[in-house]
Amino acid sequence: MASKAVYSHRDPMLKKRDDFEDILEERRNSSDLRYALKCYTPVVYKGISPCKADALTNMVLQSSHLHYVISQVSKETGRAVDDVQDEASAILEEMAQRLQLSTIRFFAFTLSKVFKTLFRSICVNEEGIQRLQQAIQEHPVVLLPSHRSYMDFLLMSYLLYTYDLALPVIAAGMDFMGMKFVGEMLRMSGAFFIRRSFGGDKLYWAVFSEYVKTMLKNGYAPVEFFLEGTRSRTSKSLTPKLGLLNIVMDPFFKGEVFDMSLVPVSISYERILEESLYAREMLGVPKPKESTSGLFKARKVLSQNYGSIHVYFGQPVSLRSLAEGRVNRSQFSLVPRHIPKRPSEEIQNFVNDSAYMLVRAQEENMVLKPWVLLASLLLQNHHQSQAPGQKPGMALDELTERVVWLRDLSRQYGAFLHWPDHRAPSDVVSSSLSLHPGLVKISEGRVQLALELGGDVGPKESRSADTTPEEELLSRAVIVLSCASYRNQALHVFLRPALLALAIHAAASTKKQEVFYSFSFLRNMFSNEFILVPGATVQDFEEACYLLVKTGALQITQQEVLVTERGHRTIVFLTSMLDPFLQGYQVVCRFLCEEATEELTEKQFIPSIRRFIIKHLLAGRLRYTEVLSSDLQKNALAALLRLGAVQKLKGVDQGTLKVNTVMVNSLEDTLGGKLPTQKVVVARL
Amino acid sequence: MASNSSGGSSDRQRIAQQRLRVIAGHLQRPVDGDSAVLAAEYKAQGEQPGSSREEKTVPRRRQEIMKWNGWGYSDSRFFFNKKGQAEFTGKRYKLSGLIIPALKDWFESTFGASLQHKTPATPILNSSAVHPPTLNETFVEELKSTGIPFSHDAEDRVFRAHGHCLHEIFALREGKFGRVPDMVIWPNCHNDVVKVVELASKHNVCLIPYGGGTSVSSALECPPEETRSIVSLDTSQMNHILWIDEKNLTAHVEAGIVGQDLERLLNESGYCTGHEPDSMEFSSLGGWVATRASGMKKNIYGNIEDLVVHIKMVTPRGVIEKSCQGPRMSTGPDIHHFIMGSEGTLGVVTEVTMKIRPMPEYQKYGSVVFPNFEQGVACLREVARQRCAPASIRLMDNEQFKFGHALKPQVSSIFTSFLDGLKKFYITKFKGFDPNRLCVATLLFEGDRERVLQHEKQVYDIAAKFGGLAAGEDNGQRGYMLTFVIAYLRDLGMDYYVIGESFETSVPWDRVLDICQNVKERIVRECKDKGVQFPPLSTCRVTQTYDAGACVYFYFAFNYRGLSDPVHVYEQVEHAAREEILANGGSLSHHHGVGKLRKEWMRETVSSVGLGMLKSVKDFVDPNNIFGNRNLL
Ligand SMILES: Cc1cc2nc3c(=O)[nH]c(=O)nc-3n(C[C@H](O)[C@H](O)[C@H](O)COP(=O)(O)OP(=O)(O)OC[C@H]3O[C@@H](n4cnc5c(N)ncnc54)[C@H](O)[C@@H]3O)c2cc1C
Repeated sequence: MASKAVYSHRDPMLKKRDDFEDILEERRNSSDLRYALKCYTPVVYKGISPCKADALTNMVLQSSHLHYVISQVSKETGRAVDDVQDEASAILEEMAQRLQLSTIRFFAFTLSKVFKTLFRSICVNEEGIQRLQQAIQEHPVVLLPSHRSYMDFLLMSYLLYTYDLALPVIAAGMDFMGMKFVGEMLRMSGAFFIRRSFGGDKLYWAVFSEYVKTMLKNGYAPVEFFLEGTRSRTSKSLTPKLGLLNIVMDPFFKGEVFDMSLVPVSISYERILEESLYAREMLGVPKPKESTSGLFKARKVLSQNYGSIHVYFGQPVSLRSLAEGRVNRSQFSLVPRHIPKRPSEEIQNFVNDSAYMLVRAQEENMVLKPWVLLASLLLQNHHQSQAPGQKPGMALDELTERVVWLRDLSRQYGAFLHWPDHRAPSDVVSSSLSLHPGLVKISEGRVQLALELGGDVGPKESRSADTTPEEELLSRAVIVLSCASYRNQALHVFLRPALLALAIHAAASTKKQEVFYSFSFLRNMFSNEFILVPGATVQDFEEACYLLVKTGALQITQQEVLVTERGHRTIVFLTSMLDPFLQGYQVVCRFLCEEATEELTEKQFIPSIRRFIIKHLLAGRLRYTEVLSSDLQKNALAALLRLGAVQKLKGVDQGTLKVNTVMVNSLEDTLGGKLPTQKVVVARL
Repeated sequence: MASNSSGGSSDRQRIAQQRLRVIAGHLQRPVDGDSAVLAAEYKAQGEQPGSSREEKTVPRRRQEIMKWNGWGYSDSRFFFNKKGQAEFTGKRYKLSGLIIPALKDWFESTFGASLQHKTPATPILNSSAVHPPTLNETFVEELKSTGIPFSHDAEDRVFRAHGHCLHEIFALREGKFGRVPDMVIWPNCHNDVVKVVELASKHNVCLIPYGGGTSVSSALECPPEETRSIVSLDTSQMNHILWIDEKNLTAHVEAGIVGQDLERLLNESGYCTGHEPDSMEFSSLGGWVATRASGMKKNIYGNIEDLVVHIKMVTPRGVIEKSCQGPRMSTGPDIHHFIMGSEGTLGVVTEVTMKIRPMPEYQKYGSVVFPNFEQGVACLREVARQRCAPASIRLMDNEQFKFGHALKPQVSSIFTSFLDGLKKFYITKFKGFDPNRLCVATLLFEGDRERVLQHEKQVYDIAAKFGGLAAGEDNGQRGYMLTFVIAYLRDLGMDYYVIGESFETSVPWDRVLDICQNVKERIVRECKDKGVQFPPLSTCRVTQTYDAGACVYFYFAFNYRGLSDPVHVYEQVEHAAREEILANGGSLSHHHGVGKLRKEWMRETVSSVGLGMLKSVKDFVDPNNIFGNRNLL
């Protein structure tokens, strides 16, 4: 299978990764000004036809593709061709980047200052840079960074400038344009702006796609965009969006370029600037408005230590090799290439699979800090010690012992873990904890989440006059969700074994067949939540089995799947990891069955389910505060819609959700292990 | 009989002689040896009228004049002389007897080859290495009684066992023979063929028609799995013009005649067909019909399908032909189109009525240099749009342009080295053109003098719009001369570890540039992947223009030192290149045909239904697979 080119399932432990260099070190030792004014002479694509930004605009407006669509729109709407043409120019004007070296130099200077204050180090795999340099000369390049922060794209350009590589043009969402000055600055550093939704607007699509393709084909600049479409608020990778990937691949399919390099880039933040903003956003708690002054001006931000950033430039993926044997390019021989056509199913599947593979490639090279493991353990502990009579938190040495165990486990699963092996584990633990004073606290040798607002008193007594229980719940939830976002960084490492662990738990028997049904049910259920390559159920199952058997947690015979004595700990850890999601999906189901009235619209869904969950949480009927995450709620709804358990009505009742109570009920029961995952269910799903 | 027409008019004879010289212009060396003479202005020279009448180029024993393991005439070949200079032997071509000073430089630097590293061919055909024939005794007995000449001599059989694909010639050079025909038969006329086909059907003998042997699609290869006796039916002795009809401008010709004889004989009567495939010295009329051939001057005269008025073919079911010679008919699908391109799978084409034209009064070569290939293609496209293409217009890419320069013979060049020559050429004439990007179009105009000149101006005016500068007749003429000697060059390369071949496609205009670039790059890539030690020569030219597209010709060659199985590598690369062509909207073939080399792609090319149609025709016409060369389907 072509996917081998991007990642392989077999023994993740054998994965070889490059070393990192800290680029801030040099910045701390030499002049930023000189750096900003340095001689910049990047290598370029060998087939480049050099042109200015204006010429580019002309090429787009003159293209046969655009001509075709303009005359089509004119015919359909009765508008004059000139009129439509003008609209196209206006769209392009609004969209186009105006990359200027001077702006980049300005950012090179200011960002150097900012970065040095905020971060301990910015580490880059230089071998990746070399590979990229090579790739840029050979073929048009598409840069595909992960997206966790507004910082990402400036950081990317900053790095490419640092290494004397061609500066990219970047697809950015229109929301930046709200901030006039920033918007224009970004435009001049290579951003081009795309409206968030332009559904059926043919003309917009034509201008946009032609613009991107023209830049790419002519080797004008590497094209950069975020496969995930938007910043992930949860640190989990998001289901890839296919629009832009479709556009950039098109010139290859149509033989307009020989090949193209797709370069996944993994940007891992030890601490994300937006951390608490994200948690608030997902809880619906008002947040400070995003404005020009928003990010950098805040003293608070600047005065904190955000640890290090790791940027890993992955192996460039040749689109040609990826498509080999999968895409028959001669399907484009029968219609002129400039006439827009819906991609065939073959192409859609290919683009979709590639997108997933690329996101997985991003995930795999995300650097995990010890804190990520600590957060996972502390969260699990938090929920377990909620039981009455338990002392809150965990003793420091117990935590250390557990995290060392988890370190070894995660390494066996192929995690890209940056654990300073030369230091004593207790040292590693305490210094990791100290970077997150807002999230954890240590008292009397015990570590726990920093949830209480004050004192060591139980939640009920501590309630002061001016905070309602609900407000208190939400402010605790901010901490939990923040912690969860760190745990989520490691999810992709444990995901497949964890699904298997859950499946074993849920399956009616230890029969391999049953476990597999259960596994594929859960995998299917959660495929809007996590990155699970469509159609790869069997491979995922095999990978999970392989890892759990290899680490001695499972014994698998011809017929049966058995948890070993020593495997218990692993299985418990793994199931606990997914437990909040399981409960979240169950709650969503229950809500839909109990509360969804005839009139529930998609718009009302989040506010109403939030009320529902708050009620249950306050009543102590739910264990995981995390289920308050609107991200989880949306994903669950998307899954139910995909499975047909909920339908979105069209027409007059536009946006109204119609719930198939029987089906939702049975899904809830299956998730709760009350119903076996019969073949029938699986087959239908 | 050469001709039934009355060729008495002295006027016509004059034109005929002039025409002869025109042909000589690109085929042969002028008698006076003045290679600077311009093709269009051959002066009247002492001809030997009548001497060519009845004299046919191709004898039954081809070995008397032709190489057994290489291209063309035995007396004509390239070699590097003691001084390391390339020379072309013989007396037949313009280049014959000349020294080509720049070729060595070009050869060594392009391929990383060296004159020190030789790979000579097996010198003589070792008959004992050829499998003894499997004869069908009763067939042979009955054949004898017909009096039709035949042979099972090993040399005769080996000559008919191959075309000119690289792997075929490579094997011969190594002295390796696979399955070869068990005997060769030389019918003298249509009726002879009827008898042979009847006997073959009766005795279940496999027949493979053989024309000029220039196939480049493995079409002549004997299927190794064939257990029946294989008989090569050599048409070369059926080489007469049976009549010329001046009222309708048609000629009725036996299908075994080779191109140069057909033109020469028609010229004697003041006519020509204008069909000039690059292989016209050796390829036959029947071969053209059987492969859907295309000639260089198709812009004026048309391709073979435009030239043919009537075809007679002998099949196991009997003779197929139309009942009249109407110039166009609406009588269901044109049965000619089952015959053309049938590649010897249905029967033997024995006689063809072809359109003829009065010989052109005037001919002029030309050339245009463009700053880059993109501009050149844009110009050709415009020429096609205005439908003003000259008799021939070909655009060579930069590599071929350089190659052309490397082939300048000594007399016409004062330059000492190839690079000097190129630099000088570029500096003196084309300031501002990048010598590593510029490319050249060669042109051939034909017609009456005034119109040629007018036409020429029109084309040069268009070229100017695309930055093209006229680069002289000499360069153009040399370009066409090269098409006839280029096949000889491959043999020279093979003496020094260099193997290569050409292949072609046709493609819509908007795809031309992309396909050229992608296929060339694919070749380079594949060579690297397959362990070829030196970068290959990967080049192309646009050789024909049509209203809706063009024909593109690729040349590809590489130095195979260090490879254990060079032919296999070659074949893998060619295969990949063909995949690339198809992926880029190119056709499976513009004129070389399918043969056995490309038949794996037939289904996707013509659809399953299409393939089924062709199969059902085969099943009806030849149910016992007498014509068992297994081409096409
Ligand atoms: C150097 C070179 C240049 C070439 N240039 C051109 C070119 O410019 N244009 C072009 O079109 N092709 C070109 N070719 C390809 C080749 O010359 C053509 O395919 C040509 O038509 C083959 O004719 P032939 O007489 O040599 O046939 P052969 O090679 O003898 O046979 C070709 C096929 O036709 C069948 N066949 C031959 N004669 C008959 C018959 N009388 N009845 C039924 N079947 C028959 C054979 O069985 C075989 O399958 C070139 C080849 C070479 C080597």
